[in-house]
Amino acid sequence: MAKSFNKSLANEQQIKKQSSIKNFCIEFKKNKVLFFMLIPGLIVLLINNYLPMPGVLLAFKDYNYKDGFFKSAWCGFENFKYLFMSGKAWTITRNTIMYNVIFIIISITIPVALAIILNELRNRKLAKFYQSVFFLPYFLSWVVVSYLVFALLSSDMGVVNAALSKLGLKTHNWYAEPKYWYFIIPFVNTWKWTGYDIVVYLASICGFDKSYYEAAAVDGATKFQQITKITIPLLKPIIIILTLLKVGKIFYSDFGLFYIVPKNSGAINSATDVIDTYVYRGLRESADVGMSAAAGFYQAIVGFIVVCTANYITKKIDKENALF
Amino acid sequence: MSKSKGNSKEGYLEISRKSNIIFNIILTILAIMCIYPLILVFMVSITDEKMISLYGYKLIPKKFSLYAYEYIIKDIGVVLRAYGTTALVTLVGSLISIVIITMYAYPLSRKSFKYRNTFSFIVYFTMLFNGGLVPWYMVYARFLHLKNSYWALIIPALLSPMYVLIMRTFFSTSIPDSLIEAAKIDGAGEFYTFCRIVIPLAKPAIATISLFNILSYWNDWYLPLLFITDEKKYTLQYLLYRVEKSIQYLSTSSQSAGNVSGALANIPSQSSRMAMAIIAIGPIIFAYPFFQKYFVQGLTIGAVKG
Repeated sequence: MAKSFNKSLANEQQIKKQSSIKNFCIEFKKNKVLFFMLIPGLIVLLINNYLPMPGVLLAFKDYNYKDGFFKSAWCGFENFKYLFMSGKAWTITRNTIMYNVIFIIISITIPVALAIILNELRNRKLAKFYQSVFFLPYFLSWVVVSYLVFALLSSDMGVVNAALSKLGLKTHNWYAEPKYWYFIIPFVNTWKWTGYDIVVYLASICGFDKSYYEAAAVDGATKFQQITKITIPLLKPIIIILTLLKVGKIFYSDFGLFYIVPKNSGAINSATDVIDTYVYRGLRESADVGMSAAAGFYQAIVGFIVVCTANYITKKIDKENALF
Repeated sequence: MSKSKGNSKEGYLEISRKSNIIFNIILTILAIMCIYPLILVFMVSITDEKMISLYGYKLIPKKFSLYAYEYIIKDIGVVLRAYGTTALVTLVGSLISIVIITMYAYPLSRKSFKYRNTFSFIVYFTMLFNGGLVPWYMVYARFLHLKNSYWALIIPALLSPMYVLIMRTFFSTSIPDSLIEAAKIDGAGEFYTFCRIVIPLAKPAIATISLFNILSYWNDWYLPLLFITDEKKYTLQYLLYRVEKSIQYLSTSSQSAGNVSGALANIPSQSSRMAMAIIAIGPIIFAYPFFQKYFVQGLTIGAVKG
């Protein structure tokens, strides 16, 4: 009985496979409109994402503009050899990961703390005002931010140097000294994104069930205990999910922050060069397309592995928020 | 965002007066840190150029001057054109974008649509793997020949996978299947149902995603950096970037020449660069109260997924 059932099931599957095209046609006829609705989006995805995908093969070519993609000669792993031998790969990988780790650590501490504080403030209007002010930098482009940073850090006009010399300290040529950018970059990034993160966390805090707090108060919990024992544990899932999303993108960085804000200054390259800026420079400034494509390929492959791993972990924790 | 303290006063303890004061002090300091650079740039833009070269950038101008703005207004055509380009790209881009996103997300949310997982995966996959900048640039510049075309500023940002996901989630959670079934029974066509029933119900999500789109088109400088060399097609943010570049260039070349020529000394480069920044920020600051309100609401909708 069971055997014959299995057999018929297998048979059915086979029929299914054979007629998958037919199925598609039936489904297409049934939902013609839905299929047509997908078309514009599919065209955009094709141009933006799927047409460039085979282009990763450029990394294995000795590209020149005259011959183009198809006629340029293959060169095997030459581009990669050069990229990894020059030590450049190490610098840009280190910088990319290091900054992302710093950003992640900052984003799970400062905005969470500020969101909790804002939520506890006695004056709601004032809390709202602070939130609006913190959120403002999110709306500015990196070009505008680079002007603001320049107003602070310009070596002869800047406010920071003026303050330093007033205090009798040594002034610096900020755009030429790499070591300070290890602090400047995270600072600027925090300045720009904290307000956004606060809004996300605050939105989540406002959705918490008030009865938890009431019950805790009845049991004689202090305010501090309410925060550490209720608010923070309830925030944990969203913190974890947001962090995993960021971990998934650990091989990518915000191009503007690393290219526009340091004014593309060569002297501080060692501290501000990340994979994205390196790829861009190779493509547009030094016209070293092969190397640039090799770095891009390296980023795409490792990035793919990282994002799949992060998603796997997300799935383990919370199925709802996994990407696939 | 506002939490009515009144309802939960008994349970929701308030923080002590002392810590309230301490928190307010900390938050005030941070708030000042957030807006100080903006105010500084504004103040520099209305400072007399000579005072800047004597004393550097100062929060309180030693001598007011609107010369920087007058200087820009003399050549206002460039700025106006950049405004026009930016406005056009923003308007057209975000309109097309929201249409494409909703049309793509809707079938994915329909449980009766058999291939929804396949088409979802086509979107997901782009979040996992991409060809990288070089092949992507080649497709636009060499294959489609869109260099110096407005389309190169529009198409790349039309479909953000994340927004498709948010939209799909919104459709499937807040529009009941029974409603669509009912429309079908009443004889409404698929597209009619979408336009007349689904879209009006999805207004909050559409508004939020449109705002995100508008902001990203308005603030874009990356696509012109890659694709635009024709000065007439500069967007506002990219013009601002070019201004900075040319000031950098002028100041280094004048230094190497050894002296500042008469013509160059008259260009209020310090104050006018900051005035340009203010001109570029302006519309955002005015739209900010409106924008901020809807962003906060939108982020609350999207919560984690956003």
